[in-house]
Amino acid sequence: MAQELETALLGAVGTGPVESGDFAATHNVPHLQLVGLLKSLQASDMITMEDIDHSRIVLTAEAQGYLGKGSPEAQVFAAVPPEGISLAEIKKQLGAAGDVGFKQAMQSKWVAIDKSGGEPRVVRKVESVQDRVLEVLTAVAAGKESGASDAELAALKKRKLIAVEQWKTYTVGKGAAWAPQRKKAATELTAEMLQKGSWREETFKEYNFNALGQLPAGGHLHPLLKVRTQFRKIFTQMGFEEMPTNNYVESSFWNFDALFQPQQHPARDAHDTFFLTKPAATPASNFPQDYLQRVKETHQHGGYGSIGYGYDWKIAEAEKNLLRTHTTAVSSRMLYRLAQEGFRPAKYFSIDRVFRNEAIDRTHLAEFHQIEGVVCDYGLTLSDLIGTLAQFFDRLGLKKLRFKPAFNPYTEPSMEIFSYSEQLEKWIEVGNSGMFRPEMLRPMGLPEGVNVIAWGLGLERPTMILYNIDNIRDLFGHKVSLSMVKQNPVCRLGL
Amino acid sequence: MPVVGVNRDKLFEALGQTYTEEEFEELCFEYGIELDDVTSEKEMLRKELAGQAGADVSGASEEVIYKIDIPANRYDMLCLEGIARALNIFRGRQAPPQYRLADMSGKQLQRMVVRPETALVRPFVACAVLRGVALDPVRYNSFIDLQDKLHQNLCRQRTLVAIGTHDLAKIRGPFTYEALPPEDISFVPLKQTQEFNARDLLQHYLANDQKLKKFVPIIQSSLVYPVIYDSDRRVLSLPPIINGQHSAISLDTRDVFIECTATDLTKAKIVLNTVVAMFSEYCERPFEVEPVEVVDALGNTHVYPHLDTRQMEVDASYIRGCIGVDLPADQMAQLLSKMQLTASASADGSRVQVQVPITRSDVLHACDVMEDVAIAYGYNKLVKTVPKTVTVGKELPLNQLCELLRGECAMAGFTEILTWALCSHAENFEQLQRQDDGTTAACIGNPATAEFEVCRTSLLPGALKTLGANKDAPLPVRLFEVSDVILLTGDKGCGAANRRRLVAVHCDRAASFEVIHGLLNRVMEVLNVPYSEDADPVAAAVRQRLGGGYEWRADNDPTFFPGRHASIYFKDQRVGEFGIIHPDVLAAFDIVNPVAALELDLEPFCFDQFFQPMPTQIL
Repeated sequence: MAQELETALLGAVGTGPVESGDFAATHNVPHLQLVGLLKSLQASDMITMEDIDHSRIVLTAEAQGYLGKGSPEAQVFAAVPPEGISLAEIKKQLGAAGDVGFKQAMQSKWVAIDKSGGEPRVVRKVESVQDRVLEVLTAVAAGKESGASDAELAALKKRKLIAVEQWKTYTVGKGAAWAPQRKKAATELTAEMLQKGSWREETFKEYNFNALGQLPAGGHLHPLLKVRTQFRKIFTQMGFEEMPTNNYVESSFWNFDALFQPQQHPARDAHDTFFLTKPAATPASNFPQDYLQRVKETHQHGGYGSIGYGYDWKIAEAEKNLLRTHTTAVSSRMLYRLAQEGFRPAKYFSIDRVFRNEAIDRTHLAEFHQIEGVVCDYGLTLSDLIGTLAQFFDRLGLKKLRFKPAFNPYTEPSMEIFSYSEQLEKWIEVGNSGMFRPEMLRPMGLPEGVNVIAWGLGLERPTMILYNIDNIRDLFGHKVSLSMVKQNPVCRLGL
Repeated sequence: MPVVGVNRDKLFEALGQTYTEEEFEELCFEYGIELDDVTSEKEMLRKELAGQAGADVSGASEEVIYKIDIPANRYDMLCLEGIARALNIFRGRQAPPQYRLADMSGKQLQRMVVRPETALVRPFVACAVLRGVALDPVRYNSFIDLQDKLHQNLCRQRTLVAIGTHDLAKIRGPFTYEALPPEDISFVPLKQTQEFNARDLLQHYLANDQKLKKFVPIIQSSLVYPVIYDSDRRVLSLPPIINGQHSAISLDTRDVFIECTATDLTKAKIVLNTVVAMFSEYCERPFEVEPVEVVDALGNTHVYPHLDTRQMEVDASYIRGCIGVDLPADQMAQLLSKMQLTASASADGSRVQVQVPITRSDVLHACDVMEDVAIAYGYNKLVKTVPKTVTVGKELPLNQLCELLRGECAMAGFTEILTWALCSHAENFEQLQRQDDGTTAACIGNPATAEFEVCRTSLLPGALKTLGANKDAPLPVRLFEVSDVILLTGDKGCGAANRRRLVAVHCDRAASFEVIHGLLNRVMEVLNVPYSEDADPVAAAVRQRLGGGYEWRADNDPTFFPGRHASIYFKDQRVGEFGIIHPDVLAAFDIVNPVAALELDLEPFCFDQFFQPMPTQIL
């Protein structure tokens, strides 16, 4: 049907301009349906269209109701007997028309209010009336010339009895691409076209180059772990060996005591550290006994050139289990092992979770990832530490560094690492570093003359900067925004 | 790190010059302290009262206050006096002061007698007297603040040491340090007008005093409470809680009696030294301290404070070797004097002789001296060198395998999540409809956030919580995580160990068992682990080398929908499970669409290209 109509139209247009209204009437289709076809043909340049504006006066629904009954004012006039009538009675008889009609009849001075008898009554003011409104409405309804003046029509329009209806038809002419038949454009090149070779005859729909393509289905890697991967590469490229950090539960001994962190240190407070009720403690027999004694002795009375802290070291404190507060707990185990296995120079790294008993907010989580690097060799110097840090941070694109003296219970010297941010136009802290204290290394059995330099930084902070994330909970934890995980670039750190 | 608020103008006055904020920051950076914040009393009060209607801050001072971050080991810098002194010495404006004891020949020392009962609760005390102290409101406040800061840090919230300071003119020695039943101690405490017995007083603080109530538990359960009396039985203090009102110091106080009671005598001596080192500056004879005799419970007499410097000899070659700069010993000595360490080079230049003053109790070892040389020399003047250490870079096998597997899971259409190892007990057990038999989960004793009660024993809660928190995500949602769970191990090691696992969930309008099943098959394919029933000869050969393949068997677990659950076996060991999550579990995690899930132990699959197992539990 649609196809026939199209063919008929294209044929008619081929012989000369066509008026769309007439065409629709002739072919017995709603004009609106024809317009759809016209627009589509116009889009493919097969026809031209020129607007023809039409307008006509039509009755409103209200006016339709007065046909045959008379205008409301005429109805009111007819309802008023010579002796007059109360307004309420008129309204009762005529309903809504009574109201409108009364006002209109008063305005036309057909009726008046007589208050002489006490109660106001509506009385006739003229003997008879001519219902001109009805005449006009009837003529309009019949599509005849009403003979009404512009003023009369304007008044009726204002009374919302008539309205002007406008519509368009078109003069349809031949377009540049006119043909007696339209060929349907193909959207995609198909296997079938290739097989049949029909792609040669096909016309192809123009491609919308402004639209976005369809995103590929597939999974995504988490941004924090993408950054972790890059850090892993940087470390291994620099010759660092990964430490086994898959032990979140640790004893205070390895987490603190082995690092020469005194038992009264605030970090060992329950406010900062998660202590466990199960397994609550590591039995002292599970620690290397001779090493345990050396650690105790060094805390209490010093040794190896140190005066120690001079306090009563308690095994029960060292036995307490906790969730490790830093991966340095693992470094201390690795260095101890290195000393037992017979010392050799070593470079270690790790990136794994650490835990702090903190309230959670936009910038703090109770668990986060620590990145740590450790170099262990004879005769390492503070200058070596600075040089190593320069190499490492250079790989991260941080070329301008400076170092601030700091304090850390297990490193001496200790340095905070600052980098100049061109974006923020200020120095920002990017990590912590130092040389492990002899009171930590010598009890392990590492030879005199062996120094250990180390540094650490968080993984979350650089990731948040790289990926413009300002709430750490969007990054790590179940409230993560999945669209954030999906929509982010590769991590070019270390490129 | 402790933060100390000091009046900027008073600080600059003490430093003998004014600085711009940038210049002062630079000086701090070089020394290793940090200008943390610039504020004023008014500003601080405004912040404190923020939101309170009709808050009036007009009375507060607008003078600028510098909040300065002090390294945790520099107790001598916890007040304006100490900061100014350290910086002045650092810049060479001032020589390190020589702290000394007053010459008491022919004079009677103040005496403190310790009763044996104190051993039950707080055994030690050390005392000193400062004579002719000139206090003004600024110095007075600084004196109080210093005690506060020491209490917070070195004294570890008064558990180790508590400081009491008294107007010596109002009390009369000899003093006694006793331990008595609380009912027997009665006095008017500081800032009160009425007398309390010690038991009632602690109750009063618990109920009414935000600041003091946290110290109450230190002695509350003890049978006897520590108390210091003068010879007229007036209470000086009820350590570590409060002093008596009677002996309170005021702006008019000239002679100050200081007592430090302690559970750790070393710390008590350091605290006492720190207080006298700072405030002897204001004595009639600056830096002079009057000693006090303490007769311990055994009748032995000790005289405090110990103001002697400690002698140290450090090899210059050690310092050079650690810093990596070729400095002569005499230059090291000069640099050390900037750090309050009076030092000189030995005649042959091989050693540095160092005098460690009482303010530098942080100096324990030659490495501390070495650091001070480096700081005074300037960290940023060091020439960068690179260690010659030659090593081979290496990843941990388990981690490297997981890196590879993560990529494969993402390629299989699953999106990676990263969830917490800590969760609530309910999330780990009840919400999964699992029983806690007490043998699996490590439990946390003191979480600051209530939801962290246990270490997870499964990766499922994290993945389900993520689905519950991302209800708006377009379906299907496919997530995975490769991470550790923590399981109890009995007597081994510390009693708990991590286990590496993979979890994957598939959430859609209809449960899709086959999707999660397909992921299992794909994961095994990339791990090169054949299905036990795979008749292919290549698969059989691999099984032969591995010692078996994997398979799944229908199972039943309350976390999963009945009849839609399977356990996974590798070499006949159960290594995981998959299935459709039970609707009641979904409801508990606030998930509205069906979910299929897989959880798999990865450590059994950590083998090399020759199918040789690689260690995963190394420490």
